[in-house]
Amino acid sequence: MENTHILVQQADFNVADEYTQLSQDDSDGAIVTFVGKVRNRNEGNDVSQLTLEHYPGMTEKVLQELALEARERWSLNHIRIIHRVGTMELGEQIVFIGVTSQHRQAAFDGCEFLIDFLKTKAPFWKLEATDKGDKWVDARETDQHATSLWQ
Amino acid sequence: MITVLFFAQVRERLGCAQIEVPFNDEVTTAESLRQHLAQRDEKWQQVLSADKLLVAVDQTMCDWQTPLKDNTEVAFFPPVTGG
Repeated sequence: MENTHILVQQADFNVADEYTQLSQDDSDGAIVTFVGKVRNRNEGNDVSQLTLEHYPGMTEKVLQELALEARERWSLNHIRIIHRVGTMELGEQIVFIGVTSQHRQAAFDGCEFLIDFLKTKAPFWKLEATDKGDKWVDARETDQHATSLWQ
Repeated sequence: MITVLFFAQVRERLGCAQIEVPFNDEVTTAESLRQHLAQRDEKWQQVLSADKLLVAVDQTMCDWQTPLKDNTEVAFFPPVTGG
């Protein structure tokens, strides 16, 4: 679908540029965006860096499928998903999700659905550099729970 | 041939990112491929018997009973943690 843009890249993204892309369409009355960032603490450890690995090919395929599923559930116009891979410093942006719709509720729901499912279905893995050495991030029960609420 | 890929901790612990396995009667499902690879040695046995290990066949996450064909891509990996 031409209104779905999915990018998996090493480069950073610019939220203002993404917003400009999302806000072209006068039939939309609502734009919801989400940005996920590298934070300084996780599971009680000080984090200094984050490295993201992924499964090329499958990642893009899963994100396309999730975008289609979101469109089946809500009336959405534009969907933009950018997920970075490689090594990132504290405070850097990891993921962008932007969704537009005629009305706010569909845009809010669609955006939340996409990040919830991205976290539990898309083949990305986080490796943290912490004060106690390198540590693969464990999948969180709370993320699984968030996914189950959409069933 | 079946192309087998490993990601994240699974790749790290096995010290292996990709192998080719000949397609034959021993590897007809994702589970039988796992069993087949686990016979390699103690380490492979341990890593591939992890409770939370996930499998994808031709880039779709699936259950262990999924049948395999020749020229399939199979990937083993831990639970995903993106976003």
